[in-house]
Amino acid sequence: MNLEALRRSAEQEWQALNHPSRPQILIGQATCGEAAGAGAVRRSVLDTLARLGIAADVHSTGCLGTCYCEPLVDIIKPGAPRISYHSMTPEKVSSLLEDYLVKDNPCPDLALGVWGEARGGIPALLDHSMLKSQVRIALRNAGVIVPDNLLHYLARGGYKGLERALSMSPDAVIAEIEKSGLRGRGGAGFPTGAKWKLCRKSRSVPKYVICNADEGDPGAFMDRDLLESDPHAVLEGILVGAFAIGASHGVIYIRAEYPLAIRRLESAIADLHRHNLLGDNILGSGFDFNLSIVMGAGVFVCGEGTALTASIMGRRGMPRTRPPFSSEAGLWGKPTSINNVETWACVSAVMLNGAEWFASYGTEKSRGTKTFSLAGKVRRTGLIEVPMGMSLEQIIFGIGGGIPYDKKFKAVQTGGPAGGCIPAEKLHLPVDYEALKKAGSFMGSGGMIVLDEDNCIVETARYFLSFIVDESCGKCVPCRLGTRQLLDTLTCITRGSGTAADIDKVLGLGRSIIASSLCGLGQGAPQPCLTTIDYFRDEYDEHICDHICRAGECRALVAYAILKDRCGGCGICRRSCPSDAISGERGRAHVIDVDKCSKCGNCLEVCSVKFSAVARVPAGKG
Amino acid sequence: MADIVKIVIDGREIEACAGATVLEAALSAGIYIPNLCHHPDLEPYGGCRLCIVEIAGMRGLPTACTTRVTDGMTVKTYGGELDRVRRDTLQLIMANHPSDCLSCAKNQRCELQKVTAYLGVTERTMARTMPEQEVDDSNPFFTLDRNYCILCGRCTRTCAEIVGVGAIELMGRGDQTRVGVFGDKTLMESDCRSCGECMARCPVGALRPKVNVVPAYEVLTTCPYCAVGCSIYLGMRDGRLVSARGNKDGGANRGMLCVKGRFGATEFVQHPDRLTTPLIRGDNGQQPADWDSVLDLVAARFKSYAPDEVAVVPSSRTTNEDVYVAQKLARAALRTNNIDNCARL
Amino acid sequence: MAGLATQFGSGAMTNSIGDIAQSACLLNIGANTADAHPVIAYQMEQAVRRGAKLIVINPRRVGLVRHADLWLRPRAGTNVSLLMGLCRAILDNGWQDDAFIAERCENFDAMKQSLEQHDLDSVAKITGLKVSEITEAARMYALNAPAAISYAMGICEWSHGTDAVMAVGNLAMITGNIGKPGAGVNPLRGQNNVQGACDMGALPGIYVGYQSVADTAAHEKFAKAWGNTSGFTPGLTLTQMFDAAAEGKIKAMYIIGENPMLSDPNSTHIEKALRKLDFLVVQDIFRNETTAMAHVVLPGASFAEKDGTFTNTERRFQRVRKVIEPLSGCRPDWLITAQIAQRMGAAGFDYASPQDIMREINALAPGFAGITYERLETCGGLQWPCPSVEHPGTPVLHTHLFARGRGRFMPLEYRPPFEVPDKDYPFLLDTGRALFQYHTGTQTRRVAGLNKFMSEEKLQINPKDAAKLGIHEGDMLAISSRRGSVRARAALTDVTPVGTVYMTFHFRETPTNLLTSPGRDPVTHTPEFKACAVRVEKVL
Repeated sequence: MNLEALRRSAEQEWQALNHPSRPQILIGQATCGEAAGAGAVRRSVLDTLARLGIAADVHSTGCLGTCYCEPLVDIIKPGAPRISYHSMTPEKVSSLLEDYLVKDNPCPDLALGVWGEARGGIPALLDHSMLKSQVRIALRNAGVIVPDNLLHYLARGGYKGLERALSMSPDAVIAEIEKSGLRGRGGAGFPTGAKWKLCRKSRSVPKYVICNADEGDPGAFMDRDLLESDPHAVLEGILVGAFAIGASHGVIYIRAEYPLAIRRLESAIADLHRHNLLGDNILGSGFDFNLSIVMGAGVFVCGEGTALTASIMGRRGMPRTRPPFSSEAGLWGKPTSINNVETWACVSAVMLNGAEWFASYGTEKSRGTKTFSLAGKVRRTGLIEVPMGMSLEQIIFGIGGGIPYDKKFKAVQTGGPAGGCIPAEKLHLPVDYEALKKAGSFMGSGGMIVLDEDNCIVETARYFLSFIVDESCGKCVPCRLGTRQLLDTLTCITRGSGTAADIDKVLGLGRSIIASSLCGLGQGAPQPCLTTIDYFRDEYDEHICDHICRAGECRALVAYAILKDRCGGCGICRRSCPSDAISGERGRAHVIDVDKCSKCGNCLEVCSVKFSAVARVPAGKG
Repeated sequence: MADIVKIVIDGREIEACAGATVLEAALSAGIYIPNLCHHPDLEPYGGCRLCIVEIAGMRGLPTACTTRVTDGMTVKTYGGELDRVRRDTLQLIMANHPSDCLSCAKNQRCELQKVTAYLGVTERTMARTMPEQEVDDSNPFFTLDRNYCILCGRCTRTCAEIVGVGAIELMGRGDQTRVGVFGDKTLMESDCRSCGECMARCPVGALRPKVNVVPAYEVLTTCPYCAVGCSIYLGMRDGRLVSARGNKDGGANRGMLCVKGRFGATEFVQHPDRLTTPLIRGDNGQQPADWDSVLDLVAARFKSYAPDEVAVVPSSRTTNEDVYVAQKLARAALRTNNIDNCARL
Repeated sequence: MAGLATQFGSGAMTNSIGDIAQSACLLNIGANTADAHPVIAYQMEQAVRRGAKLIVINPRRVGLVRHADLWLRPRAGTNVSLLMGLCRAILDNGWQDDAFIAERCENFDAMKQSLEQHDLDSVAKITGLKVSEITEAARMYALNAPAAISYAMGICEWSHGTDAVMAVGNLAMITGNIGKPGAGVNPLRGQNNVQGACDMGALPGIYVGYQSVADTAAHEKFAKAWGNTSGFTPGLTLTQMFDAAAEGKIKAMYIIGENPMLSDPNSTHIEKALRKLDFLVVQDIFRNETTAMAHVVLPGASFAEKDGTFTNTERRFQRVRKVIEPLSGCRPDWLITAQIAQRMGAAGFDYASPQDIMREINALAPGFAGITYERLETCGGLQWPCPSVEHPGTPVLHTHLFARGRGRFMPLEYRPPFEVPDKDYPFLLDTGRALFQYHTGTQTRRVAGLNKFMSEEKLQINPKDAAKLGIHEGDMLAISSRRGSVRARAALTDVTPVGTVYMTFHFRETPTNLLTSPGRDPVTHTPEFKACAVRVEKVL
């Protein structure tokens, strides 16, 4: 089947989904949905349909990004628009199906939104506060289409960008990407077009393209979601890039911990081969290109280009000094363009809709949009995509809905373990490459972890540092040994044995590590400590001088006490204590034996609001 | 002929070969920049971070060992931030390195000592962070003592780049990184060919010979085993052959050796099994005899045969001079062409 | 050696070890370089790292194979067919160097004609390789210039060894890979001074410096210099000497630093020959199987106890220096030999030192005239030819002309090995060296550490064959040929192909050469060490 014919059947397929003759049910089954129980929901859907004797089609879709209220189930009933339902359980979905499909009650209370205009008491999906200010370019199809269905992707304009690219000269394609202002979404923000140009200019052959899907930042899941939800958006981008550079082979380097994404990619690649969108003489253009998947072993540093390349070549994943850059001597010593998953997905969008359209979003130096995985102490966690330049405040409080339980915002950590913590007074900062860097953090691949007043800032820095200590490749001294020294020092501080000199040691050594580490991992490793010392020096000082952890996270610095005059003697704390540290007779005030107490905080959590008798106090002063 | 470029290091203009690294250029001009992971035989690595320099027009503190010279480059190797960062790096290494220098196999030949002395560091400012590490004593010729290892990677790179065996590699991550072999076994259970090239390049006492005698003097000679003809220094001490090392200027081996050359060329020389007296076979088998009577006997017997009744087989193991005299004996004294060696065996 | 001498005019390695770095392609055939010449293997691996192509041709998965771009695993004993097949593939595809063939060589048409019978389908059938593999190897060798061939005993120690060497010569000449840095034909010599022993005239037909005994001028020169010399007729080769001894024609032998009882093939025959001798003088540094047979044993000095020179495989003279005095009772070999000669009444043996001897060599061998001790003091060795003290030595031979003028192509045909496996002796036994021992073990077995790596002979056998025979790792086996039987433990490894077993000859307890074949090359009389038919049985 040629592409034109394929597009015609794609159109039919898409119509059949959205204007069906029988109910279409789409279940959000990316890994996030699965983790929230989408598998059980799916089984329940199938059982219910069977029980009710309803003939319907059940599909797996990707992730819409509203991960906080998964599993999501979309229902398209003949004659009705698509409605998304959130927080499904097997029971809920069972009654929903019966209510909606049999009794024609669309259950507005369970609905997240309706696709299109508000209707029947259900608000429009795009008016949802998590979605309304998003601009979804890379994520254009995520949660919309069935990721395993090439026809769906085609129906949404898929591979038109490739067709357009193949009709242009490679140089013109690069010019288009340059004009779009697209910069690398992996973190460093190198202009994509410029990178390709270098690679194209190199006379050595063969050339390679690599898709860096070695996502490893704590709390980051943009690449995984995107690959699980819309693999073709990435593959089309890779094809465009390969054509522009003159690459004959591409590698998707993805961590083995992403089995679903790998499966979806494999299936998508097989589809492309079937339809001459991959292999020899693609679409009759004379362009030959093949793509393989290489699985990484979950090593954080392999997200760094030179380490990733070494890993593909079967060597130990360790970065090397650049130059030479990958665009001159990358994979097998040949010119190689390494781009991140999201970058590739943006490339296909740029080629579909044009450079001007893409450049119309964002700020002058940071064009387009950026995806973020919004996590931590925020009401609406999930995967979002916003125009560059949106303020952190808009993201966290607008899209994310602010901090749950009315707690106080403390900081937001961006840029992964090499990024920094940005405090409340900088919430007005626009997210773009330069502004975040100026604030001591950086864009990174898009992790955004929100901290509230219950997060100890020292502990947070310590956590990110311990990640680096474990993930350092061990090649260069400052990163291998220096981060360990920093970690041990911070650990001392969180245990109350820090000294005033420790801060200077951290600042000095931190500066040395930044100055002398080989790769970005080491150069960024001290950032979480340095930014937190910069913005939250008082909390450090409290730990060191007063032995107080105001967030109560540092166990060595807190104690739990039962306020005698408040305790009603209900005994619930005693029963919840895992270390038998609480004693007391029923009806009488209980006491905590500080020697036995493991400081788990259960007692504080279980003590009824009526009494509020358990208090967290500074250790040694309780 | 390689192109020559001019660069300025610490105010001194020097000439360097185009394509050389800043560190190579500096060292060959006699300007020392502290370094540990660099080795002239190995590809640039940039692991120890001691050779950081400032280069006009370049950001940050590039390592001299990984930066290539360009004409007109201005390099600063010391001062201010550079010294402070370099000392921090050295302190990080020292924190986990044993301090028993006097009893260390590498004492006075240790490159870490050299760097420490150069930077004038006399005190440790950082706490030890590493636990005691396992010592691999399995190889009969050398020891891998990870407690002394500074993870410069010279050994693992040697195994991959020089020898092409890849028996040892860095394993683990972060500060758990260590030199090891496949499956975390011992060297003897690995692909290691025991050439000792790694040991020869270890800057510290982590890979050290089991017979660790500093020779009183060395004599340059040629390895007696295969026909590669490795040029080799044999070390003497107290009347014994105690060491062997490759000669960097050796035309065939350029410093490299195999297990037999490095560890097997001396022990047999003074072995008690050596024949040290002529023997003559009598009724009771072979009996010791004095040189004079033996030589007379041989000469007399040889003279008694016609040229086509005798044959001489000189050795392909002995020297040219030995062989020449043997063939001269055959042709000029025995007057026979019945002479051959095992060249075709 | 005779093969290359016929074609090029010199049998030595044409190029230098250091040249490996300049090669774009390395073809390694019939060699176990990683074990037998480790330091050359390092340099090959380094060249591969820098981008050179490596083709390994070997039935065994030798150490270099892991670095190879292409590994051909032909049936043992089919080298001539394969090498001619490579020539054929090159000519069929027009990859040859026509200018070089026309300007530098001769007899091309005859060789080309002999390729008729080496069409790739026949070659594939004989070698067991695919036509595509052969073509790919030919392409890689021919199109990556300069390309160097290295080989060792794996192509020489066959009854068709000379043919195989000449087939290598043909291959190098049709691609113009002679006389250029990084190219060449490089036989890797086995022992430290095999090259030197030949250079010094320890050959039945030549004087020192490759001057023929049949040549009147040479004869006169040596007669004059020495006051006396041998006849115009070449003498017996080593294998012929033992035959003649067995027949009683040779009555006395003077063996220096060799242990033919263990190192030479068909040991039973050697023993018989030595026993028959009227007078056997053996000069060595250790007792061994051959000294045990001697009427007189003379204790020589080891390499560390005397001055002198070795000539390595790349024709490089290098100094051997006295590190210690000879052990009490031992004398340098040259001195012992000279003393015998003197007591025989011969003149011209009153050398004061090895340097004296070298001066005589300088005077008598034009190719070595410039190789003096004075010069060797200050350089990393000198490669012959080096005709004058001003001459820098010759890293690459045949740069303008071949030593014989034009390079001679040789028409060749394929002949199967002398002895092939059959019903009674179903395995082909291949023999060679191992890294951790050396030759007959007289030296290495006295290095305690080396014996930790390898302390006994093991028969390498493919696991598939072992399974068929119910053999497990470490089982004691009896290995028998038509000539004898030895015992060794089993080592299961797929380094060795199915149908072939492998042993070294380092261990007197397992005298492998009791088994080996009486087959010989008709020209050089080199024995067929690399193949004999054996039976393998488990000893219960």
